[in-house]
Amino acid sequence: MIPELGHLALILALAMALVQSLWPIYGIVCQRPAYQRVAGPAAVGQFLMLGAAFVALGWAFFFNDFSVVYVAENSNTNLPWFYRLGAIWGAHEGSLLLWMMELAMWSLAVALASRSLPREVASGVLAVMGLVSVGFLLFTLTTSDPFTRQFPAPGQGRDLNPLLQDPGLVFHPPMLYMGYVGFCVAFAFAITALITGRVDAAWTRWTRPWTLAAWVFLTIGITLGSLWAYNELGWGGWWFWDPVENASFMPWLVGTALIHSLAVTEKRGIFQSWTVLLAITAFALSLLGTFLVRSGVLVSVHAFATDPSRGIYILSFFAIVVGSSLLLYAIRAPRFQSGSEPVAVLSREGLLLMNNLFLVVAAAAVLIGTLYPIFADALGFGRISVGPPYFNKVFVPLTAPLVLFIGAGAAMAWKRTRRETLKSRLWLPAIAAVVVGVALPALTVGVHVVAAVAGCVLGCWAIATALEELWRRIRGTRIKLPRQILGMALAHIGVGIFVIGVSLVSGYGGERDARMVPGQSVDFGGYSIVFNGIRAEKGPNYTARVGEFDIRRDGETVAHVTPAKRAYDHSGQQMTEAGIDHRLFGDLYVSLGDSLSGKAWSVRIYDRPFVFWIWAGGFLAAFGGLLALSDKRYWRRRRARETDPAKAVRSPGHGPLDEVGT
Amino acid sequence: MTRTRRRRLMLVGCLLLGLSAAAALMLTAFKQDMLYFHEPSAIAAGTVPINTRFRIGGLVKMGSVSRPGDGMTVHFAIADCDASVPVTYSGTLPDLFRQGQGVIAYGKLDAQGTFVADRILAKHDSNYMSSDTARALKAKTSVSCMPSRLQASR
Repeated sequence: MIPELGHLALILALAMALVQSLWPIYGIVCQRPAYQRVAGPAAVGQFLMLGAAFVALGWAFFFNDFSVVYVAENSNTNLPWFYRLGAIWGAHEGSLLLWMMELAMWSLAVALASRSLPREVASGVLAVMGLVSVGFLLFTLTTSDPFTRQFPAPGQGRDLNPLLQDPGLVFHPPMLYMGYVGFCVAFAFAITALITGRVDAAWTRWTRPWTLAAWVFLTIGITLGSLWAYNELGWGGWWFWDPVENASFMPWLVGTALIHSLAVTEKRGIFQSWTVLLAITAFALSLLGTFLVRSGVLVSVHAFATDPSRGIYILSFFAIVVGSSLLLYAIRAPRFQSGSEPVAVLSREGLLLMNNLFLVVAAAAVLIGTLYPIFADALGFGRISVGPPYFNKVFVPLTAPLVLFIGAGAAMAWKRTRRETLKSRLWLPAIAAVVVGVALPALTVGVHVVAAVAGCVLGCWAIATALEELWRRIRGTRIKLPRQILGMALAHIGVGIFVIGVSLVSGYGGERDARMVPGQSVDFGGYSIVFNGIRAEKGPNYTARVGEFDIRRDGETVAHVTPAKRAYDHSGQQMTEAGIDHRLFGDLYVSLGDSLSGKAWSVRIYDRPFVFWIWAGGFLAAFGGLLALSDKRYWRRRRARETDPAKAVRSPGHGPLDEVGT
Repeated sequence: MTRTRRRRLMLVGCLLLGLSAAAALMLTAFKQDMLYFHEPSAIAAGTVPINTRFRIGGLVKMGSVSRPGDGMTVHFAIADCDASVPVTYSGTLPDLFRQGQGVIAYGKLDAQGTFVADRILAKHDSNYMSSDTARALKAKTSVSCMPSRLQASR
């Protein structure tokens, strides 16, 4: 009964989405305000219906209704309840439902905030989001209905893929999708701007918080995913350049470019067409990511087994959305008048332009590396794959300048900066960066890997310049530091910490394979690792062999880790759980290999210096974004607009923040 | 030429320079890091060059897995419908590595015709098979010998 209601709710959601999109569009075309106003309530209705469908599927999982095929294939009565709920998005159908649910959540948020927007803009944005929703709902209902029943119902389900049975499953996909889908809001704003022909300071101010929010979610999602892979895959790696990772990384790169170009468009009234194009591209890449993951064209740890009709549907949907928006762009974008002032190289907007250039080229490099094998195969060039060496070689030279720009950008003022000013602001951070950047590895891991030390200096440069900017702005002024500035500085410090982590873990990380019998010890990286034996452990739906390892330094036990090999009851599938000793300056990561002759085991030990900094940096950047999002300027202006619309559409270049830094 | 035009020209020039540098970087990286996929039967036929890194995919031949010596090096064979290739690998095998399962190995062929692998992939879902492997297992008659472990154990 409940699953049927869920199915019905999906159909009603489709109807609501059609109303949400077609009715307001008709209203805009015929200039009928009453029709335009339908968008908001329809979005609320769509959200309620999708929410009902989501709860229905959750119900089926929680109460083990194996007559629903999707539940039977991805759950099991022995699965703990939180994994049963996480299993909602553990495979194709449910993760699509999650995608649509979150799109409806964003639509709801836009509808609730729409009172501060002009009616035409609000209804246009909701209509575009409704159209996207229609596409996905049709896809779900025709090719991947999560509520399909089977009779007779099996007594037990097939269990969730063991790889997914990790707390990461509960948080990573919802966060990542919030980011993916969030770019749909920016996309909808861009399309509306193209239709109304207006990209002004007001437009950018409406678009900015939404884009920033999506970026924050995507950053958290990717960071969580990386942490999950590190903990769960047992290879000691944090990023694999897996096609599906790339699929989430490309929208992130373009989204990062977008939040920076939006800043320029708001402050200086330039780059309008570019900003709009970036907004379209970010969402197009999100859709492309969905296509890559869902269609089964990629060989990846994330790719679910799929059938070709789904791929064809998503590909045509992608072609229609991207094709029509680019067509619209080509027709309408030349109308935007841009500021006639040239962009000086030594100015904040000059550096932000460079930032955009490098980010977009980096995204293109990732795109080419990801898609080339697919095209080569289709065109008969042979079956090839492009591995991590390609991405590392291309990516490092493209991103190292970016980090340099972060530092230089912090010292720049808008419009024009004098060289002397720049020098007086940057000499101290530069010295600090070199001193700390060399001292940090020298005191912990050594300085013999020059490239890693250079990376560390670069990271310190980003941190030092951000601190300098903060200090300069706090000093000698009684105005409270705007949260936007603080958030920006924190995000840049996060990037610096991330860069330090990446450099040192890639430069100094090592690993060692060893054959160990109980009682034996192995020396590695200044520690000795003692194998105390194996014990059996029974989990809720698996049996595990747990290795007991002591990590000793100078004869003293400093840590105890328990890597395990789990055998899942239902599938018989094996899973490795790594034993990790987390530390501020580096992890020791012990992974149980195979059982060899006698009582011996093959054991792999990894040294991962500063690896924690990678995620710390990612989370700090996201927190910075969140802080900037809470800035009063986004909320206060909204209210001001209602009383005096003329004031809200201010001319660019006269905001309270423009004077700061000159 | 006006000042604006000169600036624009400079900007476009910089853009072109940057883009071509990026493109050059990508192409060289591409050339070095592209990995071809070969089937066991192609290797048996001798068409694959030795000492070049590539990928091989197929099923782990039944009864072929052995660990001579201290057990740190694994010997096994990857097979398709027509042929099998001996493989050596030192290191930890992935969790889903099993006899009769589909795997992909990265490595080089040595002069004796043994594939020296430096990386082994077995996919996360026990029912899942990469499209490359699936195609490698398809006989020329279009009848697939894919899922049957018996046939792979010939």
